Amino acid sequence: MTNALLAAPILVPLAAGALSIVVRRLVVQRIVSFVALGIALAAAVTTLVRAVAPGDIQVTRLGGWPAPIAITLVADRLAAILVVVALVVVTIVLVFAIGQRASDEHSWFYHPTYMVIAAAISQAFLAGDLFNLFVAFEIMLMASYVLLTLEGRDEQIKAGTTYVVLNVLESLVLLTAIGLIFAATGTVSMAELPERLAALPPPVATGLQLLLLVAFGMKAAVFPLFFWLPDAYPAAPSSVTAVFAGLLTKVGVYCIMRTQTLLFPDALGDLVLWIGAATMLVGVIGAISHHDMKRVLSFHIVSQIGYMVFGIGVGGAAALAATALYLVHHIPVKTSLFLVEGIMERDSGSSSFDNVGGLSRRSPMFAVLFMLPALSLAGIPPLSGFVAKFLVVRAGIDGGHFVVAGIAIFVSALTLTSMVKIWVNAFWGEVEPASRTAVRGVLRHHPTMAAATVALVAVTLVIAVFSGPLYDFALDAAREMTNPATYVSAVRGTP
Amino acid sequence: MSVSIIVLVGVLFAIGTYLIMERSLTRIALGVGVLGNGVNLLIVAAGSAPGDAPIIGRAGETTDPLPQALVLTAIVIGFGLVSFILALAWRSWTITDDDEVEDDLEDRLIARRSDSRAKSGDAPHREDVS
Repeated sequence: MTNALLAAPILVPLAAGALSIVVRRLVVQRIVSFVALGIALAAAVTTLVRAVAPGDIQVTRLGGWPAPIAITLVADRLAAILVVVALVVVTIVLVFAIGQRASDEHSWFYHPTYMVIAAAISQAFLAGDLFNLFVAFEIMLMASYVLLTLEGRDEQIKAGTTYVVLNVLESLVLLTAIGLIFAATGTVSMAELPERLAALPPPVATGLQLLLLVAFGMKAAVFPLFFWLPDAYPAAPSSVTAVFAGLLTKVGVYCIMRTQTLLFPDALGDLVLWIGAATMLVGVIGAISHHDMKRVLSFHIVSQIGYMVFGIGVGGAAALAATALYLVHHIPVKTSLFLVEGIMERDSGSSSFDNVGGLSRRSPMFAVLFMLPALSLAGIPPLSGFVAKFLVVRAGIDGGHFVVAGIAIFVSALTLTSMVKIWVNAFWGEVEPASRTAVRGVLRHHPTMAAATVALVAVTLVIAVFSGPLYDFALDAAREMTNPATYVSAVRGTP
Repeated sequence: MSVSIIVLVGVLFAIGTYLIMERSLTRIALGVGVLGNGVNLLIVAAGSAPGDAPIIGRAGETTDPLPQALVLTAIVIGFGLVSFILALAWRSWTITDDDEVEDDLEDRLIARRSDSRAKSGDAPHREDVS
């Protein structure tokens, strides 16, 4: 069974990237990128519809090889919706990057690299075996190294060095884990692994699981492996950081989710739970202590990851559904915050909110654009963040994890504190003399960036409005995850 | 899996880990190379016993082709990684005349801020004033 639609979100952007390397005219590159993302998105939406309406897990065996030999791509509900959300975000951020008129978008290898990272993110969500997942990770990371150090400025090289070394180490840990899993079970296919891993002696299985958790945890930036993230992300241009913040760590979370549900169901749940709690706390404390908006937002990534990891740790259909919804809500919200930050930085020439002030007086619309995702991130009703946080905390309380649920609520308040800090410093107060040249209006001076940000904030509002149906969908997705047998039989092709 | 290969994997991991912990980026690149090869060797060793080339239609004991395919991919990726790190080291050298991995500037600022606050008692903070 070859289902070309499933491969399209990977292959079309890759092909577009290759084309963009050959054709170096910026206009052509832009057209190629948007056409490719459009096709990929259409294919992803079709896959999503198919994964929902007949309720089948979509499987593609590349090259038409039979089940155990072929490279398989698998899209269950969770993977399908994440690919769609990822591609929507990637497309909107590309519009923003063009509007940003930064020197990096004009460099001829920006578009090829951007296409490669889009393809790799899709591949990571769709990978049906561990090694394919590793390759997706590597492609994604390699593209991210290039995007992070694109301009080759001093601070980019510094931040890039830490980022590259840490992620190379993470890759090697992941590869070691895969090698050892292969040594222990003789397979890397996600369809064969659950059965064979369950047959291993418990200490061996736990060791393998821990190795995988370390590798994915580093990528997802959970406590205590988060320290590289707030150093590295702020160095890139805002459009690049937005993609990193929205998507790369979430790929890590997605992989932890797969590990905990498909490969090692119900193992080490408490450990994951407490890692989640520590991640939430440490992240938000870091956010409060910083003065640079990019840094603050980067620490918030860490803190928000904690909620998702908490949900995974609780386990069970309700908690996993909450986590899935959290993932879907968090990707656009976090990205839009970075886009707002990008506009602020372009407008005032600084990302530190010590140097910015009076933005709400200059442009109330811009203030609203920041306010919506910021309050959503803190979990204020009726925004999407409230729904996601409420569901995760409720699942935690239902599971009897009162302390961690309490920490989650406390962290939510701290998140609000830190958002208020940004608000008070950047949006209230005196207009900084440096930006007096454009006293009235922020958005009208940056129409393309503003349009992209408005579109993404609108996406977050849509998620809030449709959170009911989305939760039903997430519950179905969670039921698929808590029942690995359906996944296994779909990948094997046996009914 | 023969013992000598396992020991070799261990030695490569040890050397690689040691080199990665250095501050100089060129040494880190070497460490990544050594460690990467240790992992590759591990995957090869994880495969079944050596045998004939696994070609469809050929009888007899064949070797498992999967680890070979995996390692081939991993070698290419490792090569790309080491080249990128070397490029970073070169760029870092052209900018700052060395290739050391440095501490983060903002982290140092915050450390200094908390140090000075500890010295001067509980001085009001800038953000609290606004």
